[in-house]
Formats: sequence, C-alpha cells, structure tokens
Amino acid sequence: MTTTDAADFLDALTRRLGPDRVLTGAAPMAAYESDALTAFRARPRAVVLVDSAEEVVDVVRLCAAAEVPFLARGSGTSLSGGSLPVHDGVVIAMNRLNRILEVDPVRRTAVVEPGVVNLAVSDAAEAYGLYYSPDPSSQSVCTIGGNLAFNSGGAHCLKYGMTSNHVLGLEVVLPDGEVIELGGDSLEGVGPDLVGLFVGSEGLFGIATKITLRLLPKPETYFTLLAAYDSLAAAGEAVAAVVASGLLPGAMEIMDNLAIEAAEAAVGAGYPLDAEGLLIVELEGEKQQVAAESELLLEVVRKSNPYLEHIASDPDDRMRIWKGRKSAFSAVGRLSPDYIVQDGVVPRSRLGEALTKIQHLGEEHGIRVANVFHAGDGNLHPLILFDGRVEGELERAEELAGEILRLCIDLGGSITGEHGVGMEKRQYLGEMFDEADLDAMRRIRMAIDPGELANRGKMFPDAEAPALLSHGPHPLEAAGVISRE
Amino acid sequence: MPHGGGTKPSLAVVDGAEVLDLSALTGITEYLPSEYTVTALAGTRLADVASRLAAEGQYLPFDPLLVDAGSTVGGTVAAGANGPGRLRYGGLRDFLLAVTFVDGRGEIVRGGAKVVKNAAGFDLPKLMVGSLGRLGILTECTFKVFPHPESCATVRVAGMAFDEALEAAGRVGSGAVELECLDLMYGLAGWDLEIRIGGRSFALDARLKRAADLLDMDVTTLSSDADANHWRTRREFGWASPDASVLKLPLTPATAGTLEQVLADLAASQVARVYSAGVQQAFVAWPGARVADLPSLDRALAQSKLTALMLRAPTAAPNQPILGYRTGGELLRRVEQALDPAGRFGRL
Repeated sequence: MTTTDAADFLDALTRRLGPDRVLTGAAPMAAYESDALTAFRARPRAVVLVDSAEEVVDVVRLCAAAEVPFLARGSGTSLSGGSLPVHDGVVIAMNRLNRILEVDPVRRTAVVEPGVVNLAVSDAAEAYGLYYSPDPSSQSVCTIGGNLAFNSGGAHCLKYGMTSNHVLGLEVVLPDGEVIELGGDSLEGVGPDLVGLFVGSEGLFGIATKITLRLLPKPETYFTLLAAYDSLAAAGEAVAAVVASGLLPGAMEIMDNLAIEAAEAAVGAGYPLDAEGLLIVELEGEKQQVAAESELLLEVVRKSNPYLEHIASDPDDRMRIWKGRKSAFSAVGRLSPDYIVQDGVVPRSRLGEALTKIQHLGEEHGIRVANVFHAGDGNLHPLILFDGRVEGELERAEELAGEILRLCIDLGGSITGEHGVGMEKRQYLGEMFDEADLDAMRRIRMAIDPGELANRGKMFPDAEAPALLSHGPHPLEAAGVISRE
Repeated sequence: MPHGGGTKPSLAVVDGAEVLDLSALTGITEYLPSEYTVTALAGTRLADVASRLAAEGQYLPFDPLLVDAGSTVGGTVAAGANGPGRLRYGGLRDFLLAVTFVDGRGEIVRGGAKVVKNAAGFDLPKLMVGSLGRLGILTECTFKVFPHPESCATVRVAGMAFDEALEAAGRVGSGAVELECLDLMYGLAGWDLEIRIGGRSFALDARLKRAADLLDMDVTTLSSDADANHWRTRREFGWASPDASVLKLPLTPATAGTLEQVLADLAASQVARVYSAGVQQAFVAWPGARVADLPSLDRALAQSKLTALMLRAPTAAPNQPILGYRTGGELLRRVEQALDPAGRFGRL
C-alpha cells in the first residue's frame, strides 16, 4: 500500500466513525498492542472503536477493499495471543457493542452483542432462574465475542461442554464484508453445523455481531467438597474413583501445593497449606438427587484416604472455595515476576503420569511449575514460573512449555483445552495434526478468506514466520515488528 | 454417496452418484470407560455400540434414533439425528469429539481429539454433524459418553389441548426437577405430555412425585420395561405409519405454534407428530397419501422460517433432503468449495 493509499484508508475510516473513534499513534494505541500473552506486542495501523454492527460491517468492507488485515478485540484476555494485533492491521475494539438484546425465559436463550462481558449474561438471566454455563476464570472481564472465537471453557466442561455447546445462532460478518445468519434459536439444527464450525475459529472466519446463547436453569442446590491429600497422585486417584462410581460431578478441580500456597496468600480461601494435592468436587442439581449422590460421593472420596475433608457449609463458604481456585493464576503470578500458563489436555487416566513427568521436566530445567487443573476433563494448567530479567530464563521456560505440549500430544491429548492456539501454540498444531488435516483447515480458511485478512498469522503453523517459542529473538522481533515487554 | 445401515435412504440419494457401501467398515476401535470416550468405525451399528456401553453402565446421551432398525455411527452423525433423550445433556454436536473422513479430493482428514475437551484447530467434528455426506465420507467417530442413570420412569398426562399441554410442558420444564425427556405427543384424545426422569433409584419416587405435583393433573406412571419400551418406540418411529415421510424440525416452545398453524393451513392437523426434547424439535409423519403436497409444505415452512429434514421418505417423495428455511448458505458454499471442489458428493 502506498503512502497515499494508506492516508486514504485512514481518511475513509475517520469519515465513517469520526476522528474520536479512530485511534492512531503510539500513545492512544498502547493499551491495544498486547493481550494476556504479555511477552509480545505488535503495533496496529489503527484501532477503531465501533458502536454498532453496521459499523463493524463498514470497517470490514473498507479493510477488504484496501486489503488491510483486521481483527476484533474484546477485553484482550486471550492467553494464547489470539488478540495480539496484526502488524499494520486494524484492531476493531468491540467493547461498546455490549448490549444484552433479549433474555427469553421460555426459549431459555439470551441474544447478546459480542462485547458483553461473560458474567453479565448470567447476571441478566438470574431474574428468571437461569444462567450462562461457560465460566472461564476471567469471566468478570472477558467478552462473549472472545469466548466464542476461542471456544473458551471453564470448570464445568465435562458435564456441560465448552462455549460452542452454548451458542445456538449467530449473525456474522464474513472477511469480505458479507453478512450472514447461522443457526437459530433452537438447540437442534438441520444441515452441517456451521455455528459449530464458526465457534473456535479464532477470528479467522470473520466477526460475530449478534449471538444467541443457550441458558440453563440454575441448579437448585450444590454440594461442594474439598479434600486434602498428602500427594498429588492420591488426589488424582480420587478423581478416577469418582468417575468409576458412575457419578457425574459438575466440576472436579485439583491444585498442587504451590498453587494452594499462592491462592491462600491471595484470597484466604481456607485451604490447608500443608496439602500436596487439593481436590474440589462439586455436585449440582435438584435437592433429592444431589442428596442421594452426595452420600455416594462421600463414600467414594473417603475410600481414597484424604487426611482432611470439608463440605461447604453455605453459599458463602462455597464462593470462598471457588474464589481461591479462580484466583489461582493471578495468585501464582505473585510468586514470580513472570509466568507462562499452558492448557494442554491429556486423557484423564493419564493425569498422574502427566503430572509426574511435568514435575521431572521442571526439575531438569531448574524451573518451578505450579499446577492447577480441571481434573474432570483432563485439562492441565501448568504455570511455569520464571524471571524474565535473568538471562536465558525465558528461553528455558518456553522450552519447558513446548515439552509439556509435546507430552500432551504423546499421551493422546490436545495442545489446548480452552485457550486456543492463537499466536502462542502455532508450531505445535502441526505436531498434533497431520499435514492433510492442516491442509483441509487451510483450504477452508482460504475459501472463506482468500486474502487472509481476518486475524492473519494466527493458529496455522507458518514456515514463513517461525515459532514464537523458539530460541533467541523472534524474526519479527529482530525486524522490529513485534517486541517483548 | 456413502451408505451405512440404510435406515434413512431419503438422505442418501444424489442423482447419478455411485453408492459406497460402508456396512463392512465396522468395529469399536477404542473404548475407555474411565475416559468417557468411545471410538468406532463409521459402519458400526449403534446397537452394537450401545450394548457395549451398557455393559459398563454408560450410554450415548444424544439418544440416537432408529437404533434397532440398524442405523450406523456414520449415518447418524451425517443426519444429525438426536432422540428425545437429548434433552438432558445435549445432542450429537455436544458429544462428537473427533472424526476421520475422506474429503471430495480423496484425502483422509482428521479433526478434533479423542479427549473430552479440546480447542485446537477448526471444529471439523461439528461441521460433520448434519453434513448429510455432502462434505466428506465419515470413516471413524469418537463420542463422549456418560454414566447411565441408575433407573428411569415416566409420568404421563393424557388428552390435553395443545396450548394447555405446551403451558404444562413449560411449567415442568423450567421447574427444579431435571428431566431426561419431555415430549408432547399428538394422539386420538388430544395431546399427551410425557416426562421421563432418571437418576439414583432411591430418590426417583420422590422426584416423580415432585414433577407430578408441578403438573397438578392426573398422571399415569410407566416404570422399568414399560418405560424403556415406550421411549424405544418413540426413537424407532413406531408411532408413524410405515408409508409416511418422517420429518424432523428444529424449533422452540415459542415457535411450536407456528408449525401447528402451518399444518392447519395445509389441512394436516390430524397427522401423527410429536414435539420432542423439551419442544426443541418436532417429528412429523407426513402421510404417504399426501406425498404430492410436500412442495406446498416446503413453501409454507420457508415462509414461516421453519426448516425440516426428511429423515425418512417414500420413494415417490421429491429428492430433497432439506425443506423450508435455510441459513448460512454463503458460508456453506465456501466450505463445500474447500472440501469438495469438484462437487462429487452433490451440493446441499
């Protein structure tokens, strides 16, 4: 693009949105240069603050006409670098598109704009005794649009599924600016599940502007059990025993000693500090059923010999237990100047093996690793602690992160359970899938977005742009395109 | 065009297409009860999968249709056909974890992962749900499975007016009692509301009573074999005349009345039909004698923004698997272009 063309493009954006809603220049755009994968930054050409779906369409059409790459951004909480700007592209900030258009208690649906914060959906549904199930730890800030693009999860995915299992209908702007409708408001569909294809496509298929979500009835009651063990393996065995019993808890979470210590210091959740493994199991549903199931659960857990058990006494006590768990990431962050969090998945029966190997790998690399994970669905969250100011530590941490991802692949799992591939795990996608699998995905991408304008450079391993987690400076970094904080 | 158990032939007709018989591509390739996952080749009969799961106290919660009739893993996924029990935990889209298929260029493609949670790469398993063999030939599928409820029973209220039945369904459906099935069946005496409850045996009676109290009407109860047989008949379309076309229509409690109006306008208020899975889908048995009126039904559904899948049809029916309103056409065309550029599978 020539200088004149570039100026014309910015003029066109400004004419459409007004000067106040087109940000250019280092200072106004600084907050948009990075997301929750803080090691990297990239400077966009412009950040536009849109107020309506029509503006999203017009901005996408201007980008398509000028062949300028673009991506939508919500609160920038992506842990995989999914909302890292495309260098010289346009960031479309969606936060102002934050209206809940409708909550329908008969259909049990909510129709929302993409900038609505995850927790706000449940808040709006509460009056009808309904809630929105996916609950990523960042749910008080992350937006539905971002959840949708990366198919976010949370603690309740085994029983209730991920974001894609709760999205029924979409209005979408394709990368060339064409607007289409997908799905509807029924739980059922006819024809290929295009809503399912769109959710989790990491922004590569365009931008959702209107989203119909499925709401669930709020459980009548909860039974939340905390059990402390003197080894991580014992906590893992308890999970296996619960599964074998035929129970289907809404959530099963495990934290290791380092994570317990950090969470306790941060929020005082009442966790036992000497535990090597802490298990949280939660049953939820109607009273009679939960009462019947809780007896069986206690019987099963007691056989696994925890040295301490605690049953949440009231809703406040339950919230305290969950607050400790949900604050674990940021709490562990306090123990260390920097950390990388991974979210690989392993088959549940191989959790013990995976954790032991992660521990060994950490020792080999001389790096501390804290573990918090969704035990019910085998979704690990090793937090790799390092000090970026110490020469070589970042590289060692990244190397360890890569080895953990390979371990997940080797054990028959996945490189990501809920954070998405984004910028961070691109090189590992090719280790999880064969070339023919990636080629089919590439062909779908190219058929939908031949100019590769929508969130260019994400998800696909690209020989042209070597991996982020390689040794030494990233080539884009060396070229001054991106930089580390 | 792939062909499995032959239970839904109306979905597998493409003019001039060679039939690829997958009925010998059978076998459960991996079953790990402790992982809640099962993997089977596409031609495997669901009856075989279900009995293997039942031996471990597990089941396919999307409640596949036409299991006794011989439907296979691949055909069920491609049809996107869920039964009344999908109410409790979800449908195929919620339980299909990984797929292997052959695309229109003859390439073997895998998507998803054989674990219960995964966000890596495009969600090709979901794309295959309901794809009707037009995007690829499925060769292997991995499902999430769940523990089966210890016991189940059904309460039934017979002979209501439609609005009354719909209101009662809404009341019991949004109550605290968690339901396995919630169906409204049209019968000789009007509408029957049927509620299935499952779970721990010794809590079951109290929960049945609670549901009955919510209804505050005379109920009859079906237990054990009577309960199982009742829902088997529903899944096997035993309630539909053998020469009828069976259509599946996604809808909601708010649009069920729209379908009733469409049927009334076509003088078809007497056809056998059921609003199933909490009134999220209808199954309509369109009479064999009225095959010639299917194009009118197609137009009326399109005008009312309703869509229907022709799950079963007599050979005289038009060769058209989807009737009525469609969404996503432009995206579908691009995906078809990517996976089947030469159009070997036929377009939807």
